[in-house]
Amino acid sequence: MDIEQAAPKSGAAWRGALTLGLIALLVTALLAGVNQLTRQRIERQQRQAARVQLEQLLPSAQHDNVLQEDSYTFRDIAWFPSGQGITVYRARKNSTPVAAIFRLAATDGYNGDINLLIGITFEGSVTGVRVISHQETPGLGDPIESGTSDWITKFSNRSLHDPELAGWALKRDGGEFDQFTGASITPRAVVRAVRTTLEYFAANRDLVFAQPADSLQNEVTR
Amino acid sequence: MSSNREIFLDGLRLNNTGPMALFGVCPLLAVTSSLITGLALGLATTIALVFSNFTVSVVRGRLRPEIRIPAYALIIAAVVTVIQLLMQTWFFDLYQVLGIFVPLIVTNCAIMGRAETFAVRNSPLPSMLDGFATGLGFCLVLVLLGTTRELLGKGTLFSHGELIFGAPGNAWQLAVLPDHYGFSLALLPPGAFMCLGFLMAGRNWLDSCRAGGERPGQAVRLRQHVPLESS
Repeated sequence: MDIEQAAPKSGAAWRGALTLGLIALLVTALLAGVNQLTRQRIERQQRQAARVQLEQLLPSAQHDNVLQEDSYTFRDIAWFPSGQGITVYRARKNSTPVAAIFRLAATDGYNGDINLLIGITFEGSVTGVRVISHQETPGLGDPIESGTSDWITKFSNRSLHDPELAGWALKRDGGEFDQFTGASITPRAVVRAVRTTLEYFAANRDLVFAQPADSLQNEVTR
Repeated sequence: MSSNREIFLDGLRLNNTGPMALFGVCPLLAVTSSLITGLALGLATTIALVFSNFTVSVVRGRLRPEIRIPAYALIIAAVVTVIQLLMQTWFFDLYQVLGIFVPLIVTNCAIMGRAETFAVRNSPLPSMLDGFATGLGFCLVLVLLGTTRELLGKGTLFSHGELIFGAPGNAWQLAVLPDHYGFSLALLPPGAFMCLGFLMAGRNWLDSCRAGGERPGQAVRLRQHVPLESS
């Protein structure tokens, strides 16, 4: 068939384009409006959700600063070879350091990143560890979630000397932490991430609390 | 034009999009691992269908054939984005669980299918009814899938009810099967496809029973001649 014939007359084509443009315009206006109406509330919810997570690791009574404002993000390939951005929230009382919470990912899990929050007191013992999100195999790897089993709570109050460094591994690797039935890659990745963070904190504690805050950047980290 | 009652019943059975349109739920399969997530995605799909059908029907007089498909795409994407924003506003925890699967509702071909086969030819009210009924049909499939997978995979029902129904939903979880029961295949993506397969087989069997004593195998063979997407 002749192409000239198949195409609509130029007047009709213009009208079609105009209608489509009009729809695009209306749709954009609608989305901008809804976004405008909901943005503040969504941001507040995100901040609130992050605060609830942080409070699980460090009750708000133990510090008098706002953790999300006293935080910074860094990369350190020597310690964390994946090159990920790691966010640190500092807790202080009367300007004295109390604890730090690290938000980082264990990158050597079975499937994708395991995003963790790891709380460490100034003295170097773990206040707690929580999994924020992961894509490990359901039913095999998900006992790392606090809602599924109490495995993740076994880190609380431990430190680099409890157990000694060699003990920071799964039982089948000669360490102290339980593996799961049918899954050892997932818990091994979490144990390794907690140990590395403890070691990093022990070596860089003064730096961690001296860094200037860059709270703007990490509001969007999710 | 068909009566409201017919529109509703056809939509509910997903009849008007052809049984193969069940494939429209494929992008959503991964996340229908529990009754609650299935119900949530089903309701979101229903709302998307109602409003995209309504909008398409309202502007149908101005839609020339050449621009129909891009216009549907614009409208459906806008409706789904609004749903996504509102879900983040009022059901933040639910959104955290569903995440990327909410925008994926756009890829459910049945939404565009309903716009093209029904909404563009009918007035706004019947179009909304059609969208509602078709959405309800999808909701039913997703809830059935979620229920089956949650029951087989974890032995519970209504877990995480608080995501939709607020604090009281927390207490609704039923442990149907004894503690620590787990059959992870049902929770994994392959389990989703198997459950969907059994659901479709069950539907074919029911249809063939209703058609009057045909052998089930025959009905399945006949269906293979139905084009993938009737719209």
